[in-house]
Amino acid sequence: MSERVISYTDALREALAEEMARDETVFLMGEDIAEYGGAFGVTRGLLDQFGRERVVNTPISEPGFTGLAIGAAMTGTRPVVELMFMDFLPLVADQLLNMAGKLRYVFGEQAGCPLVIRAPGGAGRCYGPTHSQNLEAWLLHSPGIKIVCPSTPADAKGLLKSAIRDPDPVFFMEHKMLYPTRDEVPENPDLTVPFGQARKMCDGEDITIVAWSWMAALVDGAALELEKLGVYADALDLRTLVPMDMEAVVASVKKTGRLMIVEEAVRTGGVAAEIACRVFERAYDCLAAPVHRLTLPDIPISASPLLEAAALPSVEKIIDMALDLVDG
Amino acid sequence: MKNELENYRMMVLIRRFEETIERLFSQGDVKGTTHPSTGQEAVPVGVCAALGPGDMITSNHRGHGHFLARGGDPGRMMAEFFGKATGYSGGRGGSQLMADYGIGFLGGNGITGGNIPTAVGAAFSAKYLKRDRVAVCFFGDGAANQGTCHEAMNLAAVWCLPVVFVCENNQYAMSTPVAAAAGVPDLAVRAAGYGFPGEVVDGNDVEAVTAAVGLARERALSGRGPTLLECKTYRLSGHSRGDPRRYRSRGEEAAARKVCPIVRYKAVLTARGLLDEPADADLVRDVEEQVAQAVAFAKNSPYPDVADLERGVFA
Repeated sequence: MSERVISYTDALREALAEEMARDETVFLMGEDIAEYGGAFGVTRGLLDQFGRERVVNTPISEPGFTGLAIGAAMTGTRPVVELMFMDFLPLVADQLLNMAGKLRYVFGEQAGCPLVIRAPGGAGRCYGPTHSQNLEAWLLHSPGIKIVCPSTPADAKGLLKSAIRDPDPVFFMEHKMLYPTRDEVPENPDLTVPFGQARKMCDGEDITIVAWSWMAALVDGAALELEKLGVYADALDLRTLVPMDMEAVVASVKKTGRLMIVEEAVRTGGVAAEIACRVFERAYDCLAAPVHRLTLPDIPISASPLLEAAALPSVEKIIDMALDLVDG
Repeated sequence: MKNELENYRMMVLIRRFEETIERLFSQGDVKGTTHPSTGQEAVPVGVCAALGPGDMITSNHRGHGHFLARGGDPGRMMAEFFGKATGYSGGRGGSQLMADYGIGFLGGNGITGGNIPTAVGAAFSAKYLKRDRVAVCFFGDGAANQGTCHEAMNLAAVWCLPVVFVCENNQYAMSTPVAAAAGVPDLAVRAAGYGFPGEVVDGNDVEAVTAAVGLARERALSGRGPTLLECKTYRLSGHSRGDPRRYRSRGEEAAARKVCPIVRYKAVLTARGLLDEPADADLVRDVEEQVAQAVAFAKNSPYPDVADLERGVFA
C-alpha cells in the first residue's frame, strides 16, 4: 500500500495536532503562531482546532516565554515553543543551558522538564547574517538538551512526536529549505521515530558521508550522482545529534575507510569536528585518508544570493569533495 | 497562618543557620560559595506564612531562608553544603541549587533573574491545568534590573497569571546600592508600567509581609492577576563568603542591626505577652540544638558515589 505524500511543514503540523489531541497537557507557544500560523506556516489552522488556550501567541519576548515554558514544563504541562528563527537561540541560551539542561542532573528525578523548542535554521533564502544560521553546535556543547534535526517529512513527523513525548528538554531543528519538500508520510498516529538511530540513505563501500537536516537532503541527492560516476557512498542522516548514533558512523567508516562530514555551519568548533574526533577515538586505524569536512568558512552568511551560495555547501561541492577523498 | 511564635522561631532558625554556614565556610569545613540572607528573615517567613500547601516557589541565589521557611529540612540542606549524598541535590547543586517539589519549592537559581520567568511558567500551568494555586517568585533589587524580570512581568500581566512577585530589596546588589542601579527610589512603581498593582512593604515586619502576600494571593486566586511586592529590608551579612563590605560603613550596619526583623518581632511578641527573656533563651537554645544536629547529620553523612558522576543528565 502506497503512503500519501505531504510536505515537511504538513508533517510537522500533523505531529503537533496528533500529540495535542492525544495529550491535553501539550500546548503551543510562540510569536505569531495563532492566526498567522507561524512565520513558516507550521501551526496554520491549529488555533481553530485547539483554541487560544492551547495555541498561545506571545509578545516578542524570547527569554521570557522560554523561561516561562521551562517553569510550565516543571509543573505538569508539556510546552512546545516555536522560536521564529534559530538565530534567536542566543536570546534563550541562559534559560536552556543554565536551567532546562541542568534541572534533572541537579534536582534529580523530581525535576522533569518535558519541553520542546522548535526552531528553523539554515540559509538558502538570502535572509542574511542574522536569519540564516545553524547554531546547534552551541547546544551540543552543553549537556542536558537533546538535539533533533529531521531531513524528511516522515522523520519530521515521527521525531516531533517522539520529542513531545520525551521526558527531557528537546531542541527541535527545522530547516527553511526543507519546509516545502514533499515525501511519503505514514498516517498511523502511533508511529514515532526513536532518537539516536541514524538513517542509512544509501549503501556503499567507497566513502562514508555523514550529514543532518538540509545537508542530509543534499547528500542524498549527491550520492545518486556519485553512483553514476562509479563512486558508492555509504550516506548517513544522523537524525539526532544528542543522542548521536556513533555506532552507525563507526561501523560505516570501518567498512569504507573514508569519512566526509557535511555541515551547514561555520567550520571552527562545529559538530563535524566533534564527529571527526569521535571517529579518530574509535576507528583511527580504519581510516585510509584524512577526514574531510565540507562546511561554511568562518564568516557570517551574506544576504546576496551570489555570496550566500558561494559560502554554502551544495550538491556539486559534495560531489567534488567526495571524488577528491576517494581519489586521494 | 502559622502562629506568631512559630514564625519568630523560624526567623531565629534562619539567622542561626546562616551564621553557622558562614562560620563553617570561614573554618574551611565547607567549600565553594554561599549567599547568606542574614537580616532578611521576615520576608521568607512572612511570605510562606501566607501560602497554601499547593503553592509554588522559585528562589534565587540567596535562598536558604526561602527554603527553610517553606519547610526545607535543615539537615539535608546542610548536607548539601558539605557536598554529601544526603544533601537535597546529592552534592550536585551546593548552596544555590536545592529543590523539593513535594513542598512546592521549585529550587534556587544561580543566574540572577533566571528564576522569574520560571515562576510565571508555574503560574501558567496552574491556570492551564485549572489548579487553585499561586506561584511566588523571590528575587532581589539586583534582579529587578534584568531583562527577564521585565519580560516575565509583562507576560504575567498579559495573561493575567496567578503569580506574586516578591522583590527583596536588601539595598545592595552585591556592592551596588539600589540608587546607583535603578532610576526610581521604589521598584514597586514599575508594576504600574505592566498594569498590575505594586506595593512597598516593610520587609522587616513579618506580619506586614504576611498581610500583603495574603491579599496578593487572594487577588491571584480570584483571577485578577499578578502583584509586585517590594519588601524593603537590609542584608546584614556580606554579599557572599569573603565580602569585606567596603561599599558601606560599619555604622550603617550597626544601625540596621538595631531594627532587624528579629529584634523588632521579639519586641512585638514581648509587648503582646507571648514571649519573655527566659522563653526566648529556651527558644534560641532549641534552635541552636536543631542547627547543631543539622551540622552533625551533614558531617556524618557519606559522600556521593563518584561512580554516579555521569548519571542523571537525562531520564
